[in-house]
Amino acid sequence: MNPPAYNFAYLDEQTKRMIRRAILKAIAIPGYQVPFASREMPMPYGWGTGGVQVTAAILGPNDILKVIDQGADDTTNAVSIRKFFARTAGVRTTTNTREATVIQTRHRIPELALSQHQVLVYQVPIPEPLRFLEPRETETRRMHALAEYGLMHVKLYEDIARHGHIATTYAYPVKVDGRYVMDPSPTPKFDNPKMNDCAALQLFGAGREKRIYAIPPHTNVVSLDFDDHPFERYRHDATCELCGTTDSFLDEVITDDKGSRMFVCSDTDYCETRRVLAKTAAHDSVEEAGRG
Amino acid sequence: MYVAVKGGERAIENAHRLLAHERRGDPLIPELSLSQISEQLTLAVDRVMTEGSLYDRELAALAIKQARGDLIEAIFLLRAFRATLPRFGASEPVDTGAMTVQRRISAAFKDLPGGQVLGPTFDYTHRLLDHALAVESEAPAPTAAPTPTDAMPRVSDLLAAEDLIESSPQAEPGQAVGDLTREPLSFPAERDLRLQNLARGDEGFLLALGYSTQRGYGRTHPFAGEIRLGEVEVEFFAEEVGFAVPLGRIVMTECQTINQFHGSSTEAPKFTRGYGLVFGRGERKAMTMALVDRALRARELGEEANAPAQDEEFVLSHSDNVQATGFVEHLKLPHYVDFQAELGLVRRMRAEFQAAANDRVSVQEAAE
Repeated sequence: MNPPAYNFAYLDEQTKRMIRRAILKAIAIPGYQVPFASREMPMPYGWGTGGVQVTAAILGPNDILKVIDQGADDTTNAVSIRKFFARTAGVRTTTNTREATVIQTRHRIPELALSQHQVLVYQVPIPEPLRFLEPRETETRRMHALAEYGLMHVKLYEDIARHGHIATTYAYPVKVDGRYVMDPSPTPKFDNPKMNDCAALQLFGAGREKRIYAIPPHTNVVSLDFDDHPFERYRHDATCELCGTTDSFLDEVITDDKGSRMFVCSDTDYCETRRVLAKTAAHDSVEEAGRG
Repeated sequence: MYVAVKGGERAIENAHRLLAHERRGDPLIPELSLSQISEQLTLAVDRVMTEGSLYDRELAALAIKQARGDLIEAIFLLRAFRATLPRFGASEPVDTGAMTVQRRISAAFKDLPGGQVLGPTFDYTHRLLDHALAVESEAPAPTAAPTPTDAMPRVSDLLAAEDLIESSPQAEPGQAVGDLTREPLSFPAERDLRLQNLARGDEGFLLALGYSTQRGYGRTHPFAGEIRLGEVEVEFFAEEVGFAVPLGRIVMTECQTINQFHGSSTEAPKFTRGYGLVFGRGERKAMTMALVDRALRARELGEEANAPAQDEEFVLSHSDNVQATGFVEHLKLPHYVDFQAELGLVRRMRAEFQAAANDRVSVQEAAE
């Protein structure tokens, strides 16, 4: 048996064209879930096969790829996907958010504002925002077609009635371009405002559920809420112990079994960049003091 | 460590090496060859080919070896490989009526043209552990059966001649064959796509669903009209030469169930059917596929449909074990961003609860 030879970025060109057609349709109808003939990828469903297929379809030889999971470049699955494309496409990879042209992500949006030359590719487990309210695809497609979103508002209202808060903390539903209610993938709602009027193209791939959707650059994205219960971001009320920032989304790290904990940035590149800058600034001021 | 803050890459590499080491097991024990797997774990290979949707015994054996005998993992390996193969077209419909039969039984007729052929089956064996197999042993040569010369018409065709059963759907030449690996499945799904989904579906899941129809959840009164196993020829219509050329012969198992149907004022009562077809010798899968196929025809036949096995969206959306195992097992991936967000909300709600409780206490104290 000869080992099989794979095409650039793994997928064959015919499949890539099929995915690109779905992506173009998704961009044309912001927030609408476009069915596509998702392939079995060499990683399991649930590991980002939708995001991987979208990335494979848009990647060119000159792209610079960044992959994050939980905001971090060094989590095992991010490492694995980055290696997959380094191997099958031979593209340059980076951890630097600013430098990347394609960023594939699971569960986070980078802290740094993205720019127009970038594409953010989200891995999506359940693309249907109404799924847990109505399990049937035939029903939810009809609800989207009629823009019948009352059920979602009832759910959010019931949260408030029961808990005093909207009890959705991640995968918080948004309305895109005033039309489709969309699942932002399980990002914390802290990240929702970053989707609005974003300069970068945002693409969402759900492999197992065979759906692609998109938010074109500078599209209006609104988190669902009520006048008397406006949407609120949430972050731990703490400071990153590594870089000292007070505005990033934080991971809580348990440091012993006696209740000690520390908070660090979930976005590792953001944190590292801040630390490097702080070090250079400190170095410069020491030099300046030396000269003065 | 699960997520080393740095070193995820090295951890993955080391895990892969450890896996390869574990797969090999004790190096003093001779390594399994693909032909051993293919020849002696025949039914495992058959299942992997069926649910992997690729008829290649050698690759299926390789997948089983690589997966350490985990058949769902092996099916996944074969599927991922299949996804990269170019498509040349679809074969001509396979004629199971012309099958070179190794086994053919009908539970509906005591005897029938072509006869009952038991073939290699576990049925009627006593399930006693055979300690003779614990050491290398030679199986006695089978008694040679006379090569069946009589034609073996399908039971469903015999019944159809009397119009007692609905006729087979006619082939529609020129009509594209549905393929859910090329076009995403949408609902309601036509029967060709349903059957494709069931053929690829997990044997255990379908077994439980088929079983449930027998226990009253969507009862369809099945008889095993016929089960046949043997070699069939696969032909491909070649544009260049203008006729169908044989590609080769494959082993398949087909099951046709005969099910009841009451008819209506405009239609005389006749039997309906369920259909199952799999690669290799997957008899259990073929039978259960036929049961579930028939259950899923409730809408088409105007039957009440409120059992799980009759619910097309439920069955077809959850039958694929590669999808199911992926999504269930993805819970192992880190979810700490989402968990942190939930943790924040729970802490806040608990603080509010505590504050309200304290208020209640102080109000009570003030009242006293």
